[in-house]
Amino acid sequence: MVVAERQKAGTFQVLVGKIDEVLQYAIGDPLRYLANWGRLYSLWPVHLETACCSVEVGAAAGSRFDIERFGTLEAFGSLRACDLIIVMGTVTRKLAPRLKLIYDQMAEPKWVIAMGACSITGGLYFDSYNVLRGIDDIIPVDVYVPGCPPRAEALIQGIVLLQEKIRRMPTLSGR
Amino acid sequence: MKMALETEYSPDADRIMAVSLGPQHPGAGHFRIRLWLDGDYVVKALPDAGYVHRGEEKMGEYRNYIQNVPHLERPVILDSSNILFAYSLGVDELMNSKIPSRGQYLRVIMSEINRIISHMYFIAIQGLFLGHTTMITWCMGDRDFWIDLGERIAGARVTFAYIIPGGVRNDIPEFAIEKGLRTCDWFEKRMDEYEKIFYDNPMVHQRSDGVGVLSREEAVAFGATGTVARASGLALDVRKDEPYSSYQDFEFKTPVLTQGDSWARAYVALLDMRESVKIIRQALKRLPQGPVRLKLGPQPRVPAGEAYSRTEAARGEMSYYIVSDGSPRPYRLKIGVPSAKNLRALPHLLRNVHVADIPVIYWSLNYWPVEADR
Amino acid sequence: MTEPTSKASEPAIPAPPQVTAPPQQAKVPSNQSSAAAPAAPNPDLDRAKDIADRITSKYPGSKLEWVKPRRLKVSVPSGMIKDVALFARDSLGFDHISTVSGVDWIAKSALEVVYFVGSTAPGQEGFVLALSERVPRDNPVVPTLIEVWMGAEYHERETHEMFGLNFQGHPDQSHLFLPEDWNDLPPLRKDYVSPGR
Repeated sequence: MVVAERQKAGTFQVLVGKIDEVLQYAIGDPLRYLANWGRLYSLWPVHLETACCSVEVGAAAGSRFDIERFGTLEAFGSLRACDLIIVMGTVTRKLAPRLKLIYDQMAEPKWVIAMGACSITGGLYFDSYNVLRGIDDIIPVDVYVPGCPPRAEALIQGIVLLQEKIRRMPTLSGR
Repeated sequence: MKMALETEYSPDADRIMAVSLGPQHPGAGHFRIRLWLDGDYVVKALPDAGYVHRGEEKMGEYRNYIQNVPHLERPVILDSSNILFAYSLGVDELMNSKIPSRGQYLRVIMSEINRIISHMYFIAIQGLFLGHTTMITWCMGDRDFWIDLGERIAGARVTFAYIIPGGVRNDIPEFAIEKGLRTCDWFEKRMDEYEKIFYDNPMVHQRSDGVGVLSREEAVAFGATGTVARASGLALDVRKDEPYSSYQDFEFKTPVLTQGDSWARAYVALLDMRESVKIIRQALKRLPQGPVRLKLGPQPRVPAGEAYSRTEAARGEMSYYIVSDGSPRPYRLKIGVPSAKNLRALPHLLRNVHVADIPVIYWSLNYWPVEADR
Repeated sequence: MTEPTSKASEPAIPAPPQVTAPPQQAKVPSNQSSAAAPAAPNPDLDRAKDIADRITSKYPGSKLEWVKPRRLKVSVPSGMIKDVALFARDSLGFDHISTVSGVDWIAKSALEVVYFVGSTAPGQEGFVLALSERVPRDNPVVPTLIEVWMGAEYHERETHEMFGLNFQGHPDQSHLFLPEDWNDLPPLRKDYVSPGR
């Protein structure tokens, strides 16, 4: 008897699961696509310069490369409105807690681009006493842009790759 | 005259508000200013540096004299040749090497190109902080033409690593000479436009005239150098004071202004660039023939001794104190960077000013935190 | 955050120095060593030697380490650096602090502090005086020279954190470049080994 009841409940649950799936395909996917499409071309980067790669970010924002063509706005001051950190180079021991703090203050969904050899592995400063060997230990990184410093074109390519990633993002909430 | 950090305010604890400006804010990355505010006025400001301290001086002791070249130019990526210039002069002095004259001229050319690249960035951000968007768009775009020229000569985009101990890394290609002369001609006309749209702009005058005035005596006492010192009437220019690397062959002036305010500090940069263009043109036209560098091994042995070498970088006096004990690696490598020399002026200038004037004053000091922290 | 603290007093700006011009005629220094062959007369070298003579004759304990055109390094015995610095600023025209550095002579068990001072006096612009003092490594205490050159404040702070030199009388010796939680030897000492090595 108990078994039969359990089977009944099981069937009901399976049915509910199916409805969920159907709804997911019928409403969820287009909604996710729409939301991700909306996020794609309005990336707001945090204005956090960590080291010398910021010069190339400045050049990329300048009139020759003009990064805004690709849907990334210029660096912005308010963290609550931002959804992208471009870590521009070396992260030192003094800056690392601040970087984590800044990342935690941003609203979901948020993405991270590690720009330059220093933020990926430590780069030239592998034997420095004050430099982190890559930022992966502090914050999750979505796109790596290698170079020392990367050219402005490389940064643009990184942004385009990130947009490709956002387009395929599986969930609506971001993570 | 008495100069002190304490203010005329009686610090009433209830009125004073402590604010941290940085390290993440639109004004200054990788740098923090601790502010104590009374309403809209800054009572006291203390700089908090060190967010980009990478231990270059310790790293220098682990590498030999040639391996030191690439990491030493990173602190001043805007001005990468000038920081290497001082280093190379110091090593040359210790090794007692005589640089061929073509190498000396190429060093001067690259150094002046870098001065323009650095000043263009400086003016661009100064325009941004003043709310003058045209200036950042123009300057960032025009700066790329000078970077192009440097790229034609050295091969990299901003980190040229061109000036090395013993000369320069490679010869200048023939077409780069022509391109350089054309860039000079174009840029001189362009600078007239900057003057019209930025320096003669009433809005710029209103926001930066008389803001953050540094007198000549204060500039001497704080040890200010470069654009900061020259805007305050202190005619310091290492290129004139001790002409290194055949700077005595060129005709140029040291621009000196006496106002000492933010506008003058930005205007000195433009006058500097005019002189740089003159030097580049003279050097390109009179480029002597011959080799460009001496033959040094991959691990040159430097005789024991001490050297203190100086160059005039874009921001001011760049100095190296190299102590060698005869081994392939330096015993001590001290980098005296102009930003660190001008830092002492910041807490002095940020007193009794409006909060809105902080970015203007801060950036007019031409302070680059990566350089100051090393 | 703490509330603003006011410092007790900060030194007044020194008056512009009256530089007594050196004798114009090229003076042949008596202590010319055998290394220098009779080369072309170098007025910059002669003037640097002249400045060195004036310091070493006034302060007998001080010693000329080396002299080059426009450069000279003078080491002074302990306890005398402030007097020499005041003399250099007020009488010799070295009023523009360039930088402050330290050197760790671990083999001699000494720490050296070096002040590099430029000059704004007319005719003496390119000259740099290096004033140095050696202190024992286990008790590295030197007087601060902020009263002499105000711009030395941050340079001394940096030298303090990098070498562990204590500048007596310095208003604030907290960390400038190192992280706040730095809990190790001062990094530029020779016995500190970088973790990557």
